[in-house]
Amino acid sequence: MSKKTLDIEVLRYDPEQDTEPHFMSYQVPCEEDWAILDALNYIKEELDTTLAYRWSCHMMVCGSCGMMVNGEPVLTCKTFVRDLPKNVRIEPLENFPIERDLVVVLDDVMEKLQMAKPYIIRKDSPPENEEFNQPRSALYKFKQYTMCVNCMCCYSACPQYALDSSFIGPAVLALAHRYNIDSRDQGKSERLDILADHDGVWNCSFVGACSEVCPKNVDPAAALQQMKIDGAKAYWLQKLPGGKS
Amino acid sequence: MEAIHADVVIVGAGGAGLRAAIAIAEANPELEVALISKVYPMRSHTCAAEGGAAGVKGTDDSLEMHFNDTVSGGDWLCDQEVVEYFVSQASRELIQLEHWGCPWSREDDGSVAVRPFGGMKKKRTWYAADKSGIHILHTLFQTSLQFPSIKRYDEYFALDLLHKDGKCRGVVAMEMRSGRFFAYHAPAVIMAAGGAGQVFPFTTNGAVKTGDGMAMAYRAGVPLKDMEFVQYHPTGLPGTGILLTEGCRGEGGILVNKNGYRYLQDYGMGPETPIGSPVLKTMELGPRDRLSQAFWHEHKKGNTVETPWGHSVLLDMRHLGEKKINERLPLVRELASSYVGHDPVKEPVPVRPVIHFMMGGIDTNLNGETQMPGLFAIGETACSGLHGANRLGSNSLTDLLVSGKRSADRATAYAKETGRSEDNPTLRAQAEDIVSNVRGLLQRSGGGETTAGVRREMRDSLEAGAGIYRDEEGAQATCDKVAELHERFEGIEVNDKSNVFNTDLQQLLELRNLLDVAETVAEGSLQRRESRGAHQRLDFVGRDDENFLKHSLAFRQKDGRPRIEWLDVTITRSQPGVRDYSGGKDQ
Repeated sequence: MSKKTLDIEVLRYDPEQDTEPHFMSYQVPCEEDWAILDALNYIKEELDTTLAYRWSCHMMVCGSCGMMVNGEPVLTCKTFVRDLPKNVRIEPLENFPIERDLVVVLDDVMEKLQMAKPYIIRKDSPPENEEFNQPRSALYKFKQYTMCVNCMCCYSACPQYALDSSFIGPAVLALAHRYNIDSRDQGKSERLDILADHDGVWNCSFVGACSEVCPKNVDPAAALQQMKIDGAKAYWLQKLPGGKS
Repeated sequence: MEAIHADVVIVGAGGAGLRAAIAIAEANPELEVALISKVYPMRSHTCAAEGGAAGVKGTDDSLEMHFNDTVSGGDWLCDQEVVEYFVSQASRELIQLEHWGCPWSREDDGSVAVRPFGGMKKKRTWYAADKSGIHILHTLFQTSLQFPSIKRYDEYFALDLLHKDGKCRGVVAMEMRSGRFFAYHAPAVIMAAGGAGQVFPFTTNGAVKTGDGMAMAYRAGVPLKDMEFVQYHPTGLPGTGILLTEGCRGEGGILVNKNGYRYLQDYGMGPETPIGSPVLKTMELGPRDRLSQAFWHEHKKGNTVETPWGHSVLLDMRHLGEKKINERLPLVRELASSYVGHDPVKEPVPVRPVIHFMMGGIDTNLNGETQMPGLFAIGETACSGLHGANRLGSNSLTDLLVSGKRSADRATAYAKETGRSEDNPTLRAQAEDIVSNVRGLLQRSGGGETTAGVRREMRDSLEAGAGIYRDEEGAQATCDKVAELHERFEGIEVNDKSNVFNTDLQQLLELRNLLDVAETVAEGSLQRRESRGAHQRLDFVGRDDENFLKHSLAFRQKDGRPRIEWLDVTITRSQPGVRDYSGGKDQ
């Protein structure tokens, strides 16, 4: 198998030593079938053991290895050397504080995840000793939104989140929508207040960057659009005589 | 060092740890659960499981049949009371997961669909396309978010157990973002830290699977059981070792050698079945140990295909058609296309056996109780005796749930009865020792060894001496090599001196755990002088029930190799028999 040597610039930052982030360059002899994550692992094993980054599964499902590669938020395990130019720049995901090198602080989104109540809420009990009946048509309504691996690439791409990090953001809103439209859930009204306020769906400017960068082909933009319609309906229903307000 | 008090500490937030945490929080919201994980829960390796989770579903199926498949699949090394309990609870747990929102695939009538899996006589594997693991993990994680009594410590690396008077009393962990140390005090600790596939060079297992839970228990004097039983999954992608689920064969994929011949029929798994109409429990739906061993023989015979990533056989799924592949195996299609450039819709995909699962682990009983009161273990990190000498595909995801729930109930009862543990000088001194040991690692210099170098030698040695087939000489050499590497470990210098997210230090600590696990795998491979399930000895062919219908227990010795003791297998109703995968009679 042929080799391809990449010149890789990696953003480095150790808050204990550095006043600000800086780039370090590495020459990496890559196999042609490598993902860029393999190149990072080569740097870690052979060139510089101090480099910090997150990764685990190397098969596009754990969501750990989201980073900026040549300016795009991607999973580095599914970004291939064969598709990259010779000069590659790797930076931590945009729109997040840097914890160390390529590792970003995820506290904000992790807190928001909880706010969305991403679990089945029931007013009555589920069937005893058997599953809910759920036709495929009902499953396919929400299935794509279950594919999210929380890699946070969509937060890096989101112009609204960049402007104002109080915006709940694409992945969390899509997840709330996933439960709202699951035929087994009865908790939509409980999620309404959290999601329809000023940090929720109304702040999305519908640029669609989130859906474009999603490595799992989830379409958060579509979820947000649907929620806007649902939210507007709920708003006007409240205004009708007899509606709760 | 900061002290944190809780009622139950759980180490590991994958499927097993999360299931246990939810069980405690649901039944006893007044108990505080500290859930410690070295990664965010959704990164845990449960996410990588593909094919599904087993539980009796069809009216033509029975608990008895699931029991028999599991026990014969495990080559009668299973503890049968554990298997009985497991099959009885399996579907209940899978239904529970459905109620929590797991997006299981569906039949036409809207009920949950089941697919065929290797070694199973009936279709009983619940699945969510070929992404069952990620859906199970995310369902559990998201469900856990509603319980305020579960306090998560994400990206805290657990170092060692605290124990006093032979009882487990807590654990010490390091916060990755700050490098600060925390002593967790609790009457009950549940170890749920996953397997140890990273001890081998070629594995489906993610980087996180470094045997941390096993090693912590082992260092605390708790034995590891059946560590010589390591499962090779027969269909990994060459090069990366990425898993292609058994579901590929469950849906009808076939395995052929370089001549296009379905070679499994030559290894006791024939006669050949019609292409596109897979027959349960034979040919491509034989058990993983037999399929991986068949590959080894085909390779010896020169029947494998040469690829840029080494020798392989071919997994042909073309006859399934694009529609079925997209619906049932979308991840497989994406992985094979991306990593080896073979689209299964259009061409056969090269595959080869790859390290996948540890049947062995921390010695526990049915309740997840270890030999150390207060310490429980569940999931892959544990060995309850469920899987025996060879795990059947789709039994492990279910085990996360069944063992998680069961041991959570036991740990809860134990914690209530024992009460919160007081901070005391003995435990404080122990915690300080653990921390100063880590600080010592950071300060070492001049040994000339590297983490990557020692790790590579360990992995290569394990593959050479404890691979698909083993013998006395090879296993002995691996035991010696691992002992040598233990010594050389002391010469590894940590270049990174930072307190913030120090992965150089973390990888060294993980290597320490891997070496501890490696010595038990090697020693078990040496001392089990018979062939059973996934442990095959070229110099001791065939099963030897007279001498080895026993579990091995590896005890750590302070200096030198582990001591092995033997423990009888619990048999309730199935006497050791012949494993028949000829598709003939009902076993």
